[in-house]
Amino acid sequence: MKNLGSALAACVLASTATLAQAADAASTTRRSGADFMSPALQVLQTDAAQNPAQLWVQEGEALWSRAVPGAKPCADCHADGSQRGMAARHPAWDERRGRPVTLAERIDQCRQRHQQQPPQGPDGPELLALAAYLAEASRGLPWAPPADPRLQPWQQRGERLWQQRLGQLNLACTQCHDQHAGAKLGGATIPQAHPTGYPSYRLEWQTLGSLPRRLRGCLVGVRAEPFAPGADEWLALEVFLAQRAAGMVLEGPAVRP
Amino acid sequence: MARTLIHLPPEPKRGEVIDIQVTIAHPMETGFRSNDQGVPVPRDILTHFECRFEGHTVFRAELHPAIAANPYIAFTWRVEGPGTLSFTWEGDKGFQQTETVALKVA
Repeated sequence: MKNLGSALAACVLASTATLAQAADAASTTRRSGADFMSPALQVLQTDAAQNPAQLWVQEGEALWSRAVPGAKPCADCHADGSQRGMAARHPAWDERRGRPVTLAERIDQCRQRHQQQPPQGPDGPELLALAAYLAEASRGLPWAPPADPRLQPWQQRGERLWQQRLGQLNLACTQCHDQHAGAKLGGATIPQAHPTGYPSYRLEWQTLGSLPRRLRGCLVGVRAEPFAPGADEWLALEVFLAQRAAGMVLEGPAVRP
Repeated sequence: MARTLIHLPPEPKRGEVIDIQVTIAHPMETGFRSNDQGVPVPRDILTHFECRFEGHTVFRAELHPAIAANPYIAFTWRVEGPGTLSFTWEGDKGFQQTETVALKVA
């Protein structure tokens, strides 16, 4: 039993070591999805007068300080200025639920618990607006997901999913986004899939959308059946992707083709 | 009320040519698509945009189904003086919205 325990510990150590090495190797060559876009699209993202996601930012800012009947607005609990950095610290461990939460889930919980609002998925209208507002508040900060050991099993599960072949096309995320990033898939350039700009305004969607929505698109793309809405797999992937992109500059709400 | 973004320089000079950039949240549903039941989705687009300064038209545009959602319109205008700029969007299903901006001149 003792041997088994130490073998397990060695395994965990080995896997974290390879992960750290992979992250080190990747950090020199990591590129945001914006780097793969045309100059015109890059301007669409960086110019606040052109970025259509500002429509959601504007609404989120109003929601932040708007009183809900019978409840306090967000701004009553969260001091002004505290918005900056919130997006950079997620996904984080949630004590109450005993599992990690994404920023969107945190907003949703806060709205349910303190404002008695019905739950919304990550693509609910108010949730997208608030997420866009908080993403904007953290623009330019390095992504710093917490180094909480309780997140590690989720991160490892996410990494396994990342490397697992899926769907009728039998493709794993890593085959496109690690091994063929920068190459073409049809007319589109394959990015490295660092989700530094979510929620993002995708021209294909003609609207703002969440990271789970984007991941779902990839699963459908490889002809796999997407995981159920709100399934643990999405969360594990988000935790893994955040660690994979740790230290990269947040640019949300971004524009993507 | 649809959400709008209106960007113009804060205090332009009289006679200066300025960029005016406006965006409005609108689905611009073309009328050519069907929903997942196969039923055609009725057209719902903006058809007209007009910018007026103190009541007279300074810019006007017609919009068509091929224009993407949340249309962004940018145009230039020679500043005539201080006053009120109004921006009006009209569209299907009786859509009409006007936003006004008080223009200060340096």
